[in-house]
Amino acid sequence: MPKLNQQRMPIMEALNEFKRNRLVPFDVPGHKRGKGNPELTEFLGERCMTLDVNSMKPLDNLCHPVSVIKEAEELAADAFGAKQAFFMVNGTTSAVQTMVLSACKKGEKIILPRNVHRSVINAMILGGAIPVYVNPETNHEIGISLGMTLSAVAKAIQENPDAKAILVNNPTYYGVCSNLKAIVEMAHASGMLVLADEAHGTHFYFGENMPISGMAAGADMASVSMHKSGGSLTQSSFLLVGAGMNPGYVRQIINLTQTTSGSYLLLSSLDISRKNLAVNGKEIFAKVTAMAQYARDEINQIGDYYAYSKELINGDTIYDFDATKLSINTLNVGLAGIEVYNILRDEYDIQVEFGDVGNILAYISVGDSQRNLERLVSALAEIRRIYKKDKAGMLQYEYINPAVAVAPQEAFYADKEALPLEKSGGRICSEFVMCYPPGIPILAPGEMITAEILDSIEYVKDKGCFLTGPEDMEIEYLNVLKED
Amino acid sequence: MELWFSEKHTPSVKFSIQVDRQLYCGQSEFQRIDIFDSKEFGRFLTLDGFMMLTEKDEFIYHEMMVHIPMAVHPAAKKVLIIGGGDGGAIRELVRYPLVEHIDLVEIDELVVEVCKKHLPQTACCFNDERVTVHYQDGLKFIRRCENEYDLIIVDSTDPFGPGEGLFTKEFYGNCYKALKEDGIMVNQHESAFYLDDAVAMQRAHKRIVESFPISRVYQAHIPTYPSGHWLFGFASKKYHPIEDLKAVKWNAQGFKTRYYNTQLHVGAFALPNYVEELLKDVE
Repeated sequence: MPKLNQQRMPIMEALNEFKRNRLVPFDVPGHKRGKGNPELTEFLGERCMTLDVNSMKPLDNLCHPVSVIKEAEELAADAFGAKQAFFMVNGTTSAVQTMVLSACKKGEKIILPRNVHRSVINAMILGGAIPVYVNPETNHEIGISLGMTLSAVAKAIQENPDAKAILVNNPTYYGVCSNLKAIVEMAHASGMLVLADEAHGTHFYFGENMPISGMAAGADMASVSMHKSGGSLTQSSFLLVGAGMNPGYVRQIINLTQTTSGSYLLLSSLDISRKNLAVNGKEIFAKVTAMAQYARDEINQIGDYYAYSKELINGDTIYDFDATKLSINTLNVGLAGIEVYNILRDEYDIQVEFGDVGNILAYISVGDSQRNLERLVSALAEIRRIYKKDKAGMLQYEYINPAVAVAPQEAFYADKEALPLEKSGGRICSEFVMCYPPGIPILAPGEMITAEILDSIEYVKDKGCFLTGPEDMEIEYLNVLKED
Repeated sequence: MELWFSEKHTPSVKFSIQVDRQLYCGQSEFQRIDIFDSKEFGRFLTLDGFMMLTEKDEFIYHEMMVHIPMAVHPAAKKVLIIGGGDGGAIRELVRYPLVEHIDLVEIDELVVEVCKKHLPQTACCFNDERVTVHYQDGLKFIRRCENEYDLIIVDSTDPFGPGEGLFTKEFYGNCYKALKEDGIMVNQHESAFYLDDAVAMQRAHKRIVESFPISRVYQAHIPTYPSGHWLFGFASKKYHPIEDLKAVKWNAQGFKTRYYNTQLHVGAFALPNYVEELLKDVE
């Protein structure tokens, strides 16, 4: 339970006070409260421009907070049950990178599932950590990667006693949670840290009947995307730190890559959203859960679609499920998730979060209305009526166990050459290939390119996924390590 | 004293009616509902400040919504009205003895209640035994219907607000599915004159064209709607609005109407060139 007055919003209060004081700006930003850029001010609004200001004494400094940002961070830590909270303005990507860089130095091992966000592997390129992948089991019916089994984690710990940390998705993009508490106990017993990627789990800290949050489970660090279910502005995020960490060192790591001109639009949005969740979070997420459940029930009545939820829980690889996620399997309609995703946008003016080989994810939040849910459900019913076809030829998602030949950092910086996709089989990749969203790599630097992986890339390309990662924007060539 | 109701038809065009007195003001879960009385237009209903109908000119809208499809498909027995909580479309429909059942799906129960009390001119026939009222989201209601109706009348508000879902492809597609193989859908189709209305009109038309094999637009002159020039959509699986007009049959029924007649029926489908061009752009 929070101990501080969660109604307070120190950054917002300081900005309001600052506006009343009408300081004459002879500092950056050069648009000077918008007056120097009328077109932008007209577009974004004057209120917004007057708040786009620089660090200064009354507003504190993100790199070294001593007043209002410090207070706001204390309130956030209190709200999330953390020892320390950091306001992040370079996205949850930078929070995740900070976790990995704080836990592992060059050459040190980190245990993690392969279905991580690219930012985790990016951090290994930056810092030189070595990945030890645990196979996240697959549900073949719906074709998604799940969580890590406890036995697989135990085995990885046993085989790599020198590993420094274990990274856990809490939850995955689709809403699947591993047994985080048990993983924390095992890790701590072996002297390893636990890093929770909670890009999709902000609400676990505030809603009722939610899966356990990273901090509650005893994780050492957690990256929380406030801008997803928390309602703050895009790119703003929290990094939470537990009792076992040295916050001063973590701050130093953050300052290696984070901007020194932290945006007060982002900072105030974090402050205001934290207050909103601390005060109203229970109600907000009860409403979101109810809306997601309503939509799920309606969609499951259409036929062929499968909107899944807690019935998948199996005590291990799906230890818990986040019922606010509206993940829908589309394979029995005879359409890939990405095809439904594209039809929804192009034909029905409905944008969902992502589509993959077999699923779409519709992101439900407090900003949704019942009317819009009806549109989504009706559009899915129509897509089935108009487009339904035989499911023969649909690719079943298979987990491809990555063959890590070279550490990510070494592979990324190695001498390389570009080969046409079809000729790259058997070589070691030096770059990422992924569908975005969800941004989980199909290939990461240092991994062996196999025929199976190439088939999978061709398939998702053909189905219309937006592929990213390689230097070649057309994704026809791949950079591979030069052979001696 | 002068009391005026004003509605902005565009950011720089205003339409005003002098109000004698306000009869009702209330807020439902969905919208603000007002009823005013005026010298020139009699009583009128506004939702969120937008004109819905006046006693003086509502006959134009309701006659054109109902008699156009009924003159093409005189055997229509089962009819669905989406919206239309003022009861005007029902009033015109119950005149047809062959109509056996009318489902009216209105999202806002308060609109019906208020109209029954203050607008008896339109809300006069809710008690007809053939009428069933469902207080529900139209999109949700129609999702469950298949091959059921001869005629669907989409009597919605504008596409900005509670009525937005009724201007979508998923809605029109579901209407198609809910209609029998010779079924007809008519809808209020906005106006082509002011830019924002024209864009909404084009979007709706595009979505209907994609959903129905036959899709035509007709017009009427309604003084209290923006620009006074209003459009309706006629979409059908089988019947052509002019070639399949059963004029003799309709006239034999001897209905007294104030706006609609079978010559005007044919003429209403002849549109100004600029409207034809806007429609062609999205066909």
